[in-house]
Amino acid sequence: MTPRGYAGKYLNVDLTREKIGDVTFPEETLEQYFGGRGLGAKILWDRIGGKWSEVDPLGPENVFIALTGPMTGIYPGGRICCTGKSPVSNGTVGSTASTEFAHELRTAGYDGVIVSGRADKPIYILVTEEGGEIRDASHLWGTMGEETLKILNKEVSDELVSRDPDVGLMKEPGMIYVGPAGENMVRNACVMTKLCHAAGYGGYGSVMGSKNLKAIVAKGRGPLPEVYAPEAVKLLWKRAHEHLISRDSFRRQGTGYGGWSTGNFYSSEPIRNWQEEWHDERSFGGPMFETRFWVKKQWSDFNCTTGCMKVSCVKTGPWKGAITDNPDYELQSYCGTNFGIYDPEANIHLSALIDNLGHSGIGGANTMGYAAELYQRGILTEKDVGFKLEWGDTEAFDRLARVIAYREGVGDVLAEGTYRAALKIAEMKGLKPEELLRYAVHVKGIEVGAHGTRSDEDFLAHDIGYAVNVQGGDHTSVVRDGYHELSGSVFTDSAVICNFARTPQELMFDFAKAVTGYPITVESWRRLNGPRIVTLQKAFLLLGGPDVTWEPVRDDENPPRFYEPLPSGPFKGRTTDRELVRRRRLVYFETLGWDERGIPKKETLEKLDLGFLEKSMFRLR
Amino acid sequence: MSSIWIVRDYENCSGCRRCELACSMHHEGWMWPEASRIRVFMPFPGVEVPHLCAQCDDYPCVESCPVEALSVDGGTTAVIVDEETCIGCGACAKACPGTVPYLHPRDRKATICDLCGGDPECVKVCREAGYNALRLVHEGMSGHRKLFARNPVDVAKDLAVKFFGEKGEELIV
Amino acid sequence: MTPGGYAGKWLDVDLSKDKIREVEYGDKVLEQYLGGRGLAAKVLWDKVGDKYPELDPLDPKSPLMVYTGPMTGIYPGSRICVSGKSPVSMGTVGSTAATEFANEIKEAGYDGVTFTGKADRPVYLLVTDDGAELMDAGHLWGLDGEKTLIKLNKEVTAELTKRKPNVGLWKDPGMVYIGPAGENMVRNAAVMAKICHACGYGGYGALMGSKNLKAVVAKGRGPLPKVDAPEAAKLLWRRTHQILIGRTAMRRQGTGYAGYSVGAVTSSEPIRNWQEEWHDEKSYGGPMFEHRYWVKKKWADFNCTTNCMKISCIKTGKWKGDITDMPDYELQAYCGTNFGIYDPEANIHLSALADQLGHSGINGPNTAGFAVELHQRDILKDSDFGFKPKWGDPDTFDRIMRMMANREKIGDVLAEGTYRAALKIAEMKGLKPDELLKYAVHVKGIEIGAHGTRSDADYTHDISYAANVQGGDHTSTSVDGYNDMSGAVFTDSAVFCNFTYYGVPQSLVFDFAKAITGFDINLHKWRSETGPRIVTLQRALLMLGGPDLKWTPVKDDDNPPRFYEPLPSGPYKGKTTDRKLVDEKLKAYNETLGWDERGIPTKETLKKLDLGFLEKSVSKLR
Repeated sequence: MTPRGYAGKYLNVDLTREKIGDVTFPEETLEQYFGGRGLGAKILWDRIGGKWSEVDPLGPENVFIALTGPMTGIYPGGRICCTGKSPVSNGTVGSTASTEFAHELRTAGYDGVIVSGRADKPIYILVTEEGGEIRDASHLWGTMGEETLKILNKEVSDELVSRDPDVGLMKEPGMIYVGPAGENMVRNACVMTKLCHAAGYGGYGSVMGSKNLKAIVAKGRGPLPEVYAPEAVKLLWKRAHEHLISRDSFRRQGTGYGGWSTGNFYSSEPIRNWQEEWHDERSFGGPMFETRFWVKKQWSDFNCTTGCMKVSCVKTGPWKGAITDNPDYELQSYCGTNFGIYDPEANIHLSALIDNLGHSGIGGANTMGYAAELYQRGILTEKDVGFKLEWGDTEAFDRLARVIAYREGVGDVLAEGTYRAALKIAEMKGLKPEELLRYAVHVKGIEVGAHGTRSDEDFLAHDIGYAVNVQGGDHTSVVRDGYHELSGSVFTDSAVICNFARTPQELMFDFAKAVTGYPITVESWRRLNGPRIVTLQKAFLLLGGPDVTWEPVRDDENPPRFYEPLPSGPFKGRTTDRELVRRRRLVYFETLGWDERGIPKKETLEKLDLGFLEKSMFRLR
Repeated sequence: MSSIWIVRDYENCSGCRRCELACSMHHEGWMWPEASRIRVFMPFPGVEVPHLCAQCDDYPCVESCPVEALSVDGGTTAVIVDEETCIGCGACAKACPGTVPYLHPRDRKATICDLCGGDPECVKVCREAGYNALRLVHEGMSGHRKLFARNPVDVAKDLAVKFFGEKGEELIV
Repeated sequence: MTPGGYAGKWLDVDLSKDKIREVEYGDKVLEQYLGGRGLAAKVLWDKVGDKYPELDPLDPKSPLMVYTGPMTGIYPGSRICVSGKSPVSMGTVGSTAATEFANEIKEAGYDGVTFTGKADRPVYLLVTDDGAELMDAGHLWGLDGEKTLIKLNKEVTAELTKRKPNVGLWKDPGMVYIGPAGENMVRNAAVMAKICHACGYGGYGALMGSKNLKAVVAKGRGPLPKVDAPEAAKLLWRRTHQILIGRTAMRRQGTGYAGYSVGAVTSSEPIRNWQEEWHDEKSYGGPMFEHRYWVKKKWADFNCTTNCMKISCIKTGKWKGDITDMPDYELQAYCGTNFGIYDPEANIHLSALADQLGHSGINGPNTAGFAVELHQRDILKDSDFGFKPKWGDPDTFDRIMRMMANREKIGDVLAEGTYRAALKIAEMKGLKPDELLKYAVHVKGIEIGAHGTRSDADYTHDISYAANVQGGDHTSTSVDGYNDMSGAVFTDSAVFCNFTYYGVPQSLVFDFAKAITGFDINLHKWRSETGPRIVTLQRALLMLGGPDLKWTPVKDDDNPPRFYEPLPSGPYKGKTTDRKLVDEKLKAYNETLGWDERGIPTKETLKKLDLGFLEKSVSKLR
């Protein structure tokens, strides 16, 4: 019997052999790993775990996985979770984005799509209730996000209408896709959806690109999956929405007021590649975005009343027609302050450009800021770059985003992501790696989100927030203590719902129980499901390879910059406490049942039913 | 403790000025738009900008007053003017980043929104008409508020572009 | 003591002598004529008297009134009323528009301004709490409405800030102004406000132009005038707004859904100069305007919650940047279907153009449509226009409206308004006047609003226009001589909006009027005394007429010939206005108002209404 909350089958696509079929997973696996981030990691182990270190994330042997979870579409704020072996961390990331693709997939009868191999020409996958099919995408290859979305929407809608013209108008399909950055395998490129939503961390855009997979499109007409306790779910659904609707300030501002406040209040905003974290630029305040640019102030995804997105549009001047969301705080900072830019209009333009190119607005922009700092320090010259790369110069960052996406000139190096670019540039310039890595703000190859740890005032990230995170610099999944986050983002990324649609944990877990019927609790997630998923992810990260393998402890660290004292602002002089990081890292390892080097212990593996990892972990101990 | 704040959604403002009428009826006993603590500017027809105290967390108006006539209400966090003490020097208006305070047309006393003690009349009439250009929220003090202290002509310049696109750049001078 | 609701002072501005003085009107005059339309007619008579027939409305001696009323600003929906001897009808029209100018002037301490004379250079009048002054307008002359408004707003605000820099920010002043059409004395030009609001009927834009008066600007910082019973007024104010807020369809759509429905449902919309009144063009439906063009869907004027206005903006294409209101139904019809146009975008463009040129969006386009019908009938030739005019072609009407505003080529003739243009063209072409007048859709020189009478399915019927002292004015149509007296005659004199009046119980409105003024004011009295007084005075002035024309009683108390042609299409095909019914109802109307069977007020009536001063002139008409 299909567990409740699941459509019950997954689409399995082998692009090399052009084979498509349905697969299912045992109920025990689903109960243990749920969906999304958790189930994705398990599928990866089953498929390529045995030879993990040899698998090139950008080779046909890697697997690209787009999964929903049992709560997706039912609980408020449905998302899709993309995963696979990460080309940046060489571990795995459960990389999520809000999109109607998620529930369309489920109403078409599928909980996810698992793609292996490599197509010999650009293709996209169309999923309907009839199953999956591989369709030509040659005409889409090279198109920017906006174009891709428009063409695909039209083409698929027309196709579906032609197949069954009598049923009335067909609503638009949902889709995930890559832009030029993904196609050209810019390592930290993201999987895009809805113009400006991104599964940003992990570099899965380049994985799709490596498979010649331009997009996955889904359109279903069935109901959402049946649940264990439908009446309870309907009641909880109302309560969850009531809770979300009551959050007036968040609904009003989204994160689009953060570009000013995270710098100004908390001193934790990236400025010129994290050389500072404080500013007092009122020109970058929320109202300056809202009053002129927010053309739609209530924008939500399917089954969401938070409406944290606001549609921005530049209506005049050289960037006329640029459309993106708020931008949200991450892009306000990474495509704004991080470039030394405090002009909302320039920020909206660069955010929209990065969306359209399919860069990650965090990862890609981090690399761009990194390049600008190297330019500032004379390590990269105008000759290397091909143009002047001064802070605050919107045109320069516009060009840089493009050369990286198309791997032109220095862009080809920067397209490897901040960490690998640092190593390559060191080699190019005959410098020691450390001389470049000191400016590289990443953890385990994953560029750090826009929340600094030095002031210790940020509302997300502190000491070991990134350092021991199995998803590196991913700010959506920061570590607090090895308990708390396990029923937090580890859960939401596996249930595949939005972090911003979180309600009191009790309600959220009651909801999960009512959907699935599993005896699931906050405690079981903190003690079993969460640790199981994170320990599996940790194993992948430790195994790493083939080009990079992280060293235990040494690489379970913040980037060097996070130990420089803050140079300005109310928290001037403060920095991350190195000793505290060391102590809390040990506590964290202990809590998770890993040894002092962070290698999962045998007992732990047994307890978590991860015995299949013992062989490879044994070798690392 | 949470303070009270009036959320302003400029694009929802119809320009009916019932807020001005309700405010002045409450504070002055009769309809007196120019003595309203909220004033709707209209640098171009259709581009109406409700202008009222933003309750900056650093209260530059209070700081600027040479005779300490201004204070902050401990409950609502509104600025309260002691009319007996006020000398009508206009320092508060100059200190305000949005030039919100003004001198009362009757007696030249500084005039600033006092949130009607917690249940603002302007919000009630705006909601009654379904505009919701003004909404009341009970939220902790926020450093974002001061960013709403802007000259209404600057706000109008932004709004005009949102409404009219390129044409909007020509309309507010 | 000044009655409640009045600031108590009016400005009397002699533009020739550059002299400004304050005047007051006694309680009795105010109670008898209230304000706006009523008071303006009385002041006009007081200034001109028995010489009325000789007065050329565009002569410097001709007075121009810009008046509020006692309810203006206090009752929801405040307006300004412009009046004087009409250059089109030769009678008077109380021509109103919604604008903050109305409450600003009262807050400055004045109820209105009477202009006489002619300035020797372009000027505008600035009214503040400190009095009034004439300001140079040389730099504004020739500017379109939008530029006039932007410049004046900036300049006056800067000036006031300079004068009183310490009081804080100065809110924008209110203003009424004219565009090029008014400056060039296009006879039916409008007095404009707020980009797209117009005192359209009566041709007072031309009157302002004839005086070199570009604008009147007001900024007051005082309260609205004291009222007789303030607590009652506040209570009634709340109740009135509650009722207005409950009118959800009107608030949602304004009149901007009617461009489709008045044609498709009631067959009473002008199409190609009233050759038809029915269409079923769904491209012209309200949602087609709303979804693409309404950039602000709740737009209201001071003290109004009806927000019937919606701002339209064209954002792409060759008319990019055009801004107007919905357009409201009148302009959807007159600048749309009347031109054979069913494209919302072209309609918005032509409406905005009419506004910016300062044409009345009803009357000017009526004349433009008339001209194109004359071309259709081969009376006017391509050479008269300088191009080939076509129905349905936006460019045709764009050019004609500009030619009229600038008085170029045939535009110079058309600038005389439909009725006079018909006579002139007949002369030009050696035709009998009737051969042209059969296509002229006006009553007493005033082009008819966009509501036909033939289907009898609209609110306008038989004598609506025929007996109306304001001719084709659709805002003030005649019903039966009772009902209309407490309708527009009242609202135009109390000076507030019709759209905040209809739908509110009359008893509430008149209680409100009483609470404000303290006058013994009620529905019955308005129907039997005050209303008839104002209308009888207007009727006398209309029939005294002159100097270039005089209306013939009964013969001219009629609908235009076209309104007796059978409707050629639609569900009401074949129907037309019932001539017999018009005759009967006209007789009844005259009787009701105490006028003789030719519609001339009798001596007893004049006496009863305290209009004895008219007897000498009126006796000559009998």
